[in-house]
Amino acid sequence: MYSKGFKPLAAASAVTLSASLILVFFYAPLDADQGFVQKIFYVHVPMAIVALCGFVAGGVMAIRHLRSGDPSWDLRSYVAIHMSIILGLGVLVTGSIWARASWGHWWVWDEPVLVSFLVVFLLYCVYYPLRFSIEDPERQARYSSVFAITAGAFVPLNFVAVRLAEAYTHPRVLSQTGGSLPGEMRLTFLVSLAAMALLFVTLWKLELTAKHAAMELKRLRRRLADRQPAAVA
Amino acid sequence: MIGTAATILRKDLRIELRTKESVPAMTLFTITVYVLFHFGLDRDSLDGALAAGVLWVTLLLASVIGVSRLYASEREQGGVDALLLAPVDRTALFLAKAGALLLFLVAVELVAVPAFAILLLGPGLGGALPELLAILVLGNVGVAAVGALVGALAAETHARELITPLLLLPLLVPLLISCAQATEPLMRQDQGPEDLGRWLGLLTLYDVVFVLLSVAVFDYLLED
Repeated sequence: MYSKGFKPLAAASAVTLSASLILVFFYAPLDADQGFVQKIFYVHVPMAIVALCGFVAGGVMAIRHLRSGDPSWDLRSYVAIHMSIILGLGVLVTGSIWARASWGHWWVWDEPVLVSFLVVFLLYCVYYPLRFSIEDPERQARYSSVFAITAGAFVPLNFVAVRLAEAYTHPRVLSQTGGSLPGEMRLTFLVSLAAMALLFVTLWKLELTAKHAAMELKRLRRRLADRQPAAVA
Repeated sequence: MIGTAATILRKDLRIELRTKESVPAMTLFTITVYVLFHFGLDRDSLDGALAAGVLWVTLLLASVIGVSRLYASEREQGGVDALLLAPVDRTALFLAKAGALLLFLVAVELVAVPAFAILLLGPGLGGALPELLAILVLGNVGVAAVGALVGALAAETHARELITPLLLLPLLVPLLISCAQATEPLMRQDQGPEDLGRWLGLLTLYDVVFVLLSVAVFDYLLED
């Protein structure tokens, strides 16, 4: 049901992922300022963009779930948020490494994007305890969707607030992210971004299929267990 | 809908007046946190950013208590079922709960803010009272909207005392940023509003987004 078109998708993400790695290490020039460390940018930034889009997509799928009442949209939303949280952990770790390498500290509070990301990440971590402390499956799906929508709307608002708070003391140029990159770096960045997005969709589909299969298996087992005593009698 | 909301709100206020559960606990909590900050920071008087931060963090932590008790009567005595049986708009419950939380917060702040000025604040508050009132009002509206939604989300889970603070506090971060940044210049020695418009604007945006969002999704929490 969820595995349609999985193989070509997986192949495409494998190809772009290897292409992006080749570009990162052999094509993109070394950064004049930061040298080799800057290459973590090609992992960190695409991961952050994809994770944030995944969170918002989870919210949009949750809206579809509440509108239609179809539990498969809740499953899609859940898996999208699940994958984004995993990527989010990667964002925080790579961001921290980058901060250590270029500013000398593991964590810098005056980097608004990183700080907003931490707040968003902390909020989404509550998705699991919320979801799994509700037993009734129908209510679980509804409550999780309400959470996903609220948190999805919170993401942009939080970014505005944190950026304003930092801009107050540290005015910064907005053109830092991609707009002013030299050509080779921009191409590498775009390929990395596409690779990360494809990887996300592939993993999302894989996890959806796995979750769906596990649920099917559980349902069949239950039916079998219901039938067996009758067969013995 | 407004009539129903007013009825539920009156019921909640009457319960609070008779049991005196939430507001005294929240107020007591704020004073306790001031004492903790006094020893934790080892300072007799605060000003500027530190004062604004301590005041707002304390108020937001106190609001957690209010939010976790907000749906107690509905949960324990089946009030939601009764509401669902009645032919009324479900948004009324949200409006009533947000209104109740708003009034609780105002009642707490009537004690907590003067107490803060007496116990911890270095410079007096006299000159900046209108600005502070505006920030408090907008802040309370935001906390009330988010709190009424989070309280309802957490009420039906097994781990609500865990979920409420974990869910509420990150959602309140933009509100904390705007309130604390707006309050900071008012609590300096050379006090005077600074950048007040920008922060009140952000605060208003936050309030509008969360009131509309909560009204839109609240109905789905009550479908049974």
